[in-house]
Amino acid sequence: MITFDDVVKVYPGGGTAVDHLSLELPTGRTTVLVGPSGCGKTTSLRMINRMISPTSGRVLIDGQDVAGEDEALLRRRIGYVIQHAGLFPHRTVLDNVATVPMLLGRTRRQARTDALGLLERVGLSADFAKRYPAQLSGGQQQRVGVARALAADPPIMVMDEPFSAVDPIVREGLHREFLRLQQDLGKTIAMVTHDIDEAIKLGDVVAIFRQGGVLAQVGTPRELLEQPADEFVAEFVGRDRGLRSLSFDTAAGLPVRPVSEAPDLLLDDAGRPAGWRTGGGAAGTFTSADSLRLVTDLTITSPAGMAVRVGPDGKAEGVVSHHDIADHLVRRRETK
Amino acid sequence: MNLSYLLDPAHWDLADGSIPRLILSHLWYVLLALLIGTAIALPVGLWIGHTGRGSFLAINAGNAGRSLPTLGLLMLMVTLLGLGLAPVLIALTVLVIPPVLTSAYAGIRTLDHRVVDAAKGVGMRPWQVLTKVELPMALPVLMSGFRSATLQVVATATVAAAVGLNGLGRLLIDGLAVNDYSRVLAGAIVVAVLAVVLDLVFALAQRWVVSPGLTERSSK
Repeated sequence: MITFDDVVKVYPGGGTAVDHLSLELPTGRTTVLVGPSGCGKTTSLRMINRMISPTSGRVLIDGQDVAGEDEALLRRRIGYVIQHAGLFPHRTVLDNVATVPMLLGRTRRQARTDALGLLERVGLSADFAKRYPAQLSGGQQQRVGVARALAADPPIMVMDEPFSAVDPIVREGLHREFLRLQQDLGKTIAMVTHDIDEAIKLGDVVAIFRQGGVLAQVGTPRELLEQPADEFVAEFVGRDRGLRSLSFDTAAGLPVRPVSEAPDLLLDDAGRPAGWRTGGGAAGTFTSADSLRLVTDLTITSPAGMAVRVGPDGKAEGVVSHHDIADHLVRRRETK
Repeated sequence: MNLSYLLDPAHWDLADGSIPRLILSHLWYVLLALLIGTAIALPVGLWIGHTGRGSFLAINAGNAGRSLPTLGLLMLMVTLLGLGLAPVLIALTVLVIPPVLTSAYAGIRTLDHRVVDAAKGVGMRPWQVLTKVELPMALPVLMSGFRSATLQVVATATVAAAVGLNGLGRLLIDGLAVNDYSRVLAGAIVVAVLAVVLDLVFALAQRWVVSPGLTERSSK
């Protein structure tokens, strides 16, 4: 666990960057620090590995004040990923990844062997090992950056806008792999982003900062979307927070009507939805594990205004219309 | 004016005062001045670049050093120290320091600060940041400063002959003294060729010591 204990950072002549921050980052979880520029999120992050020292207050890792530790040794225990990856341009991809294990005294041969395995882990083939960073795309560089941070298997990762320098499609892929890796590895991750969507997608816990280095609210993504503490948080998470909060609920509790109530729905011989009689196009289908947000989206885009629930075998089980979802949300609000 | 002196085989044996012997002594002055100058300027330039302290020194050293007349400085040193190798080396070392100091400083200062941040962030100690990251990345700029220092010193080391030492300056000074312009021309040509050859040697060395990751050879 990483603990900020009443941390203040004041720059000489530059005002307050972090204002009495107390925050706990749970072990094995991803905590995302998010906020507008100048809110102190990056300053706070960089205090974890002592790239910046607090003016007052303490930063603790598992109860130990980081200020009492040797800087270099502390940093070797904390994976460090930054925007644009910050790879060493004069070293090959393999040697970039092998950096920290070599600093820790492992032999070059051993470090390189391990590095090859890590490249694979972040989705890069062995062909990349001998290349130099300038020969890689931004997304590939960022993968190498993550591999370098993971190389010594640190329990903690500090990530400063790791995905903001790549285009949206590449970012989408990196997000998926990040979630997959984190599911396997269970690191204690502190990440900074200015993108609230990224924070909600990747964070188990999200801490929203406001200008002047003040923590506005901390909670699970769902808490932030459904119960924003104030105007600022509500504004920051966005006008469509209601719609987005639907992605935290599955369609399991959503009642469906029998298929017979949708005469326009075409079924094939096996009972699987094949399309709509009028309007054309494939029928939008969901399973009870999908989110309410997806179901809502399907009913909006469907020519019949309906989405079809299918079972594990792909057979149509029932249909849902806009109205059904609206009724469901009303009932949900009443029972809350 | 003709090439007769240069092409006369008698001047290419290994006797005292022959062209090969003069080349060797010339090279000796050049290498000593480069070694001493680099030993002084490189650490200072790296330190200034690394810490950012005293950068006014790095910037102004270049201009001050270049504006000092070497011949005048040499005569001053001879007056102070007497004849010998020392005054010559001092005068030549003063030429080496500015380009090496300035390029070492510039090489470090212009590095991508994000890479240096990453080097600290992964747990390198300050000395490791300097030797494993900053220095290798600054090498292309550093080498170009070193090469320009070399060209200057090769040309200027001819002043050694003015205070009774050897080096290719002998051909120029003795040739002028006896109105043997063929000898003067031979000296000028050999100095020029020597400068080009040394630069080629260092260019090759540069290819060898600079990581391919830093040159256009590796770009997409």
